[in-house]
Amino acid sequence: MTTEIDREGSPLPKPRIEKQRRLSPALVWLVPLVAAIVGLSIVVRTIREQGPTITIVFQTADGIEPGKTEVKYKNVLVGRVGTVTLDRETHKVEVAVDLEKKYSYFAVDDTRFWVERPRIGLGGVSGLGTLLSGAYIGVDVGVSKKGRKHFLGDENPPSVTRDVPGRRFYLHGKDLGSLDIGSPVYFHRVAVGRIVSWHLDDDGRGVTLEMFISTPYDAHVTSEKRFYNASGVDLSVTSAGLKVNTQSLSTIVAGGVAFDSPPGEGEQSRAKDGTTFSLFPNLEAALMPPDGPSMAVRIRFNESVRGLSLGAPLNFRGVDLGSVTAINMKYDNATKSFPIDVDALIFPARLGEAYQDIVAARGPSHEDHPGIFFRALIEHGFRAQLRSGNLITGQLYIALDFMKNAPKVEYDISAKPLAIPSVPGPTQEIQDEIADIARKLDRIPFDKIGQDLHGTLTNANLLLAQLNTQIAPQAKATLQSAQGALDSLNAMLTTDSPTQRNARQTMEELQRAARSLRNLADYLDRHPEALLRGKPDEAETTRGKKGDAQ
Amino acid sequence: MTTAISASSRNVIRCHACGMTHASPEPDETGYCTRCDARMHARKRNSVTQTWAFLVAAIILYVPAMALPVMHSNSLMGSEDDTILQGIAYFWNSGSWDLAILIFIASVLVPLLKISSLTLLNCTVQRRMTWANRQRASLYRIVEFIGPWSMLDVFVVALTVSLVRFHSLAEISPRAGIMAFGSVVVLTMFASMSFDPRLIWDATETS
Repeated sequence: MTTEIDREGSPLPKPRIEKQRRLSPALVWLVPLVAAIVGLSIVVRTIREQGPTITIVFQTADGIEPGKTEVKYKNVLVGRVGTVTLDRETHKVEVAVDLEKKYSYFAVDDTRFWVERPRIGLGGVSGLGTLLSGAYIGVDVGVSKKGRKHFLGDENPPSVTRDVPGRRFYLHGKDLGSLDIGSPVYFHRVAVGRIVSWHLDDDGRGVTLEMFISTPYDAHVTSEKRFYNASGVDLSVTSAGLKVNTQSLSTIVAGGVAFDSPPGEGEQSRAKDGTTFSLFPNLEAALMPPDGPSMAVRIRFNESVRGLSLGAPLNFRGVDLGSVTAINMKYDNATKSFPIDVDALIFPARLGEAYQDIVAARGPSHEDHPGIFFRALIEHGFRAQLRSGNLITGQLYIALDFMKNAPKVEYDISAKPLAIPSVPGPTQEIQDEIADIARKLDRIPFDKIGQDLHGTLTNANLLLAQLNTQIAPQAKATLQSAQGALDSLNAMLTTDSPTQRNARQTMEELQRAARSLRNLADYLDRHPEALLRGKPDEAETTRGKKGDAQ
Repeated sequence: MTTAISASSRNVIRCHACGMTHASPEPDETGYCTRCDARMHARKRNSVTQTWAFLVAAIILYVPAMALPVMHSNSLMGSEDDTILQGIAYFWNSGSWDLAILIFIASVLVPLLKISSLTLLNCTVQRRMTWANRQRASLYRIVEFIGPWSMLDVFVVALTVSLVRFHSLAEISPRAGIMAFGSVVVLTMFASMSFDPRLIWDATETS
């Protein structure tokens, strides 16, 4: 090795040599090793955290953003929307959701998904929080063991989530009324459940509603309970008057169902899950005893039925036995009149125990043959009569009762529908009487009476004028002279007037005279002989007196 | 091309710290400057191996740096994780295409270019190729100059994380991606440091 020399020629200095423990150059590979381990762990973690991907079909992707919209269960993030695509054929929105690994059990058969957006409905306001944060997909986790990857999303949030303890029952009604999914169910005005779903019956004869009663209120749902529609304001103008009834403020707008026990002690066994109940239109209908078989009757009226509407009650002593179903006008050629046939349905079982008693007393044939049953009643004067139920509205109802003096009628027990004879209503009678009075009034000759009265009054007037002009001055003079006479009388009667004094003296004299007369009478009484002999001596008289005293 | 005379071919070694020239030590010895005690070496020791190691590590970490979210923002409008590429897409879609391009160049392109440039340089050096020496040298200078600028993203995240802290209203927190990204930048800087550009010319001398 040659030694380099600087410009001056002096050799360069040797560097200080130090023996050093040199690290192996291979150690530098630890750096990529660590990087690889870190990277690998991240990859492994990502793969392990990767949950299943499911697809949900929605009608619209309103508010759903790919990669951003969250899937939440009770506001806990369980997944996130991956992609949003349109189905080529159905034009529905397919949303791919990446579930988190630990929530992969959400992908089961009966899990339900819906988009939570701000909703303002009659039943209330929901999802207000999503106004700022944007929509998210809500989940109600299912309990099924069967896995599933493709779901059909609900358009509305379920009114009851699966984790709420309670039981489901069914209601069968004639119509839905103002009920809807989410309508509350009340028991003693406590909201105890909700309507979960409804569907029209296959035969189209009614609707079936599914309701959910939450624990612990579901224990009150017994097999005896009656459910009725408590929707809105129950405003009815019937013969009973104007009636407003409501359960709670929210039912006025959103509708609702209420249930109650029928009166009386019934069997109170807890209803089984999924029991179907009847849905009555109102509380009265619900609490009425079971109607039993109905029976068509026809009542012929020979008077106006103005004020009688379809559905008007047939009332027997306060109990509604049925209602009017049809009103038909007929022409009777024999009498040339227009009678009106009113058809009605009657539920004999509404007579309650009375009906049972009658059936028991008369034998079962009455039950089998309503004609026989009614014949017995009609023989005892059972009649129909139109009566005014409400004076203000003029509504009529048909009263059924036993009328005294009801004329006997022929009764055909095999007629269909059964005819119930009628008697004129009290309204009709009153009208007749008033007409009669009017006729009598009409016959009074008011004209002539008026003329006579007029003549009399003229004469009276003349008489009075005469009195005024002739008699009055004379009367005045008479009164004046009477006044003078009274004045002199007055002067005569004063205490110090000579007449008075004379009178007093005269009276005193009279008194004295009377006294002497009495003495004389006494004397004569004792000495009647004095009349003949005259008065004896004074002494004798005294002695005589003493003797009397003894 | 003019024949270059290198210091090592004349058995001369110069201190990097104080510039004092010494005679070369034996190849298996480590020399220290007699004036300032700095360690001296004619060529960086194990330059190629070290550069490879750092490069491999940088390439490995580049994947999570791009794929993982760098930032988690939590606000009233909801919470979300953003990767670098999502941020670029967001700026591009919202109309700030200039910002998008800036971030794209600084955060995606520059590390990528650095890694690929250093790979090219290291590869050619290892194979002792004499191809385009001057261009390779200027490429190395560009890499050295541009290196620190790719830390831009890290600074952005660090700034926003410290600035946006309105607890319930809005909060931004860093995520694993930014660590990976920072590591990539640091590792590429190490790689370019450990690369010895003089090796480019060594091949020319020996050939």
